[in-house]
Amino acid sequence: MSQGILVFIEHRNGVLNKTSLEAIAAAQSLASQLQQTVSAVIPGEDVATLAQEIASYDLVKVITATNAALRDYTPDGYTAAIESVVRQQDPQLVVMPHTYLVRDYAPKLAARFSKSLISDCIRAQVSGSAITFTRRIFLGKLDADVVSDGAAPVFATFQSGAFRPDQAQKGSGAEIVDLPVEVGEIRMTPEAPFQEVKQAVDLSKADIIVAVGRGIKSKDNLALAEKLAEALGGDLAASRPICDAEWLPIDRQIGSSGQTVAPKLYVALGISGAIQHLVGMKNSGTIVAINKDPEAPIFDIADYGIVGDLFEAVPVLTEEIKKIKGLS
Amino acid sequence: MMKQVANKDAILRINKEGTWIEEGDLSFEVSESDGYALEEALRVREKQSGEVVVCSMGPQRVKSVIKDALARGADRAIHVVGDNLGSLSPYAGASVLAAAIREEKPDLVFTGLQSDDFGYGQTGVILAEMLGLPHATIAIEVDASGEKLRVKRELESGWYQWYTMPMPALLTIQSGISQIRYATLKGIMAAKKKEIKEVTPPAEIVARPSHQRIEKIYLPQKTKQTQLLGNGDAKAGAVELAQKLHTEARVI
Repeated sequence: MSQGILVFIEHRNGVLNKTSLEAIAAAQSLASQLQQTVSAVIPGEDVATLAQEIASYDLVKVITATNAALRDYTPDGYTAAIESVVRQQDPQLVVMPHTYLVRDYAPKLAARFSKSLISDCIRAQVSGSAITFTRRIFLGKLDADVVSDGAAPVFATFQSGAFRPDQAQKGSGAEIVDLPVEVGEIRMTPEAPFQEVKQAVDLSKADIIVAVGRGIKSKDNLALAEKLAEALGGDLAASRPICDAEWLPIDRQIGSSGQTVAPKLYVALGISGAIQHLVGMKNSGTIVAINKDPEAPIFDIADYGIVGDLFEAVPVLTEEIKKIKGLS
Repeated sequence: MMKQVANKDAILRINKEGTWIEEGDLSFEVSESDGYALEEALRVREKQSGEVVVCSMGPQRVKSVIKDALARGADRAIHVVGDNLGSLSPYAGASVLAAAIREEKPDLVFTGLQSDDFGYGQTGVILAEMLGLPHATIAIEVDASGEKLRVKRELESGWYQWYTMPMPALLTIQSGISQIRYATLKGIMAAKKKEIKEVTPPAEIVARPSHQRIEKIYLPQKTKQTQLLGNGDAKAGAVELAQKLHTEARVI
């Protein structure tokens, strides 16, 4: 009978992707409630050093799925490797971090078991032996509780931030098992990863950020936000659509495909708060949202909100801040 | 592959059973990244020749997405007609789409990277697996001019990577990678003459019990207590906000 939880460890050239620790925390939390054990799987060519690091967590086993063809990530290689480990281990649940890499191969993996992933979960609750997963739908506007019917294994991915990396419990040293795997034909050839332009602006150091989204409506209106940023002594940033439209350069983009920031103050102007944006800024100290849509997900994480027209609010806010700071 | 979803700005009302939204009075639009998938397909056709076939599944209302795609330049369409296809799991949905397009033997299949409603982000990848095609997700640049396909993929935190793979292949396209063309009046007129083939989804796939089932949907629980300021008056809210940032949050 299927049992245990298998957690997927993501890395690049042996360097751990930290969201893997969040996945370990998720797996451990579920395992303790389900009275199950957790094993980890690391695919790669030679991942012995990383396996040592992972073995310090409270796990029963760390499996290294090895093959020279797994040196660089490819969806074909990873799918084949993890498939063979899942078939051999026969777990009840496979837990993965919801990263770009997992999104690239894991649906293919689940399809090999005639199912799909329960993807991008933000919570999971155990009752008896059943797990209810919660995921965001409609770009974050609603939550859905999802249960899995049918045969094991269940494949679930957890959104970054659903668990904290420091929640991953250390243990007394897990057994490391090397499992050479067959990967078959790999059809895609990766080139070396690269960064487009040297990031000119490092927003991760900023204390105050004023970020604009679709609600700013036109490039000309950016001046409003600039004036507010200037009054606050902060930097200007944006959500993806603004950078896609080239109203601001890409190095000002906050979110999963841009920069991750945690300033003391984050002011979101006309940003609805799609998940991809929230993951880049939700650890900010004080979050302010100004948006005309009271249902906008940004209000879920804001400390202060104004439901209304940003074109009315922002000039007044700028003047009031100048008064407080003695600038006018 | 194009999916019709609830309009981004639509007010969503949860149904009585709490299992889905009321769809009766909703307005619909194409899922954002699917629009970019079509645009990329049209651009590849313009550079390489060939034809662009658009495929969508759902009730008759998805015809508006199909007609719009034809008006923008797609050559013909396949409409998989059915009422509850939207609630299929990604695996079942991909099975239906695979059955609909397998005989077309496409050189390239384009999908959006994830839908704006369920947001599973899986249908394209599973479809590739079912059709036996190599794939790449979150594509932001496509070069189909060579013997092999070259694709630029977006990684996290401002990193990118090129992948090369043989065709036929499937790509899931990121939003915002190009400027989407508008339908011209000429395009709209021409679309009226283009073929829309209606097909029925395989009954056994639609009837199969789903392995993931939505029990209920609800408004997200707030993780923070948000102080809403101004009570509808944006200017008054701004005055109040400045004071609170100064005296309460002490950030200015």
